[in-house]
Amino acid sequence: MAELKRHDNRLGVWGWLGGGRWGIERYAYILHRLTGLGILFYFLLHIVVTSLRAMQIYLWTEGGFFHQPVFKVGEYLVFSAFAYHAFNGVRLILVELGLAVGKPFEPVYPYKTSLSVQRPLFIVMMILAAAFLAAGTIEFLGFVE
Amino acid sequence: MRETKLWTWFMLAGLVILILLGLHMTVAHMGGLTGVGVTKAGDSVNEANSQARDATLFYPVVYVILLAAALFHGLYGLRVILFELGLSSTTQKAVSALLLIVGVGLFGFGTWGVFAAHALYAGRG
Repeated sequence: MAELKRHDNRLGVWGWLGGGRWGIERYAYILHRLTGLGILFYFLLHIVVTSLRAMQIYLWTEGGFFHQPVFKVGEYLVFSAFAYHAFNGVRLILVELGLAVGKPFEPVYPYKTSLSVQRPLFIVMMILAAAFLAAGTIEFLGFVE
Repeated sequence: MRETKLWTWFMLAGLVILILLGLHMTVAHMGGLTGVGVTKAGDSVNEANSQARDATLFYPVVYVILLAAALFHGLYGLRVILFELGLSSTTQKAVSALLLIVGVGLFGFGTWGVFAAHALYAGRG
């Protein structure tokens, strides 16, 4: 990560939350951060709640505070966020390492960007995320006990 | 240079999480579908199945590695987002220190929880 000077991001939160007219990858990046923050918030609570089992306190099992439909839905949302964040994260790592972005070439009109080369990777990762999510959804909806 | 190293660790932690959290999700959210980590009757995250996993050595070790990787990945990711808002260097140092304290504290608490539960259920078969 390059060092940032104060006021480099003049737009503040909107500087990374706003997608503007950038491509779909820009919105994928915003969603990546939002899902990351959501997962982090859940994870910090999850550490505390699950550690209580050392004192034989099971808040997520039948009769426990977190064994309510609203928390089940919340848990499913976290699962969905993980499915997206994980597979999009793999794409980001591959791109960060210079893989799947094509070889550099001389810019000749009509100009092409690396985005057009890496778009198939994005589509493949989203299909994998959707398949993972579908498997979790089957169990969430109670088709499998 | 230090930030580059931390960023590299951030990506590596992401890969560790991908594998171990993938396993955790397979057990907790798809245990009924896959049967992975489900040795007792009923829901994959009920008390009996949770205790059976705690009794093994495999799951506690996985939990602690996952805990370390996820805390680093999550808190460093939060730090990157906060720094991009253009914080002063004093605030950056304060944020780094706070996140370090939170991370180390939760790692200690989580590790205690994992091994205390393991000690509690390991002998029960």
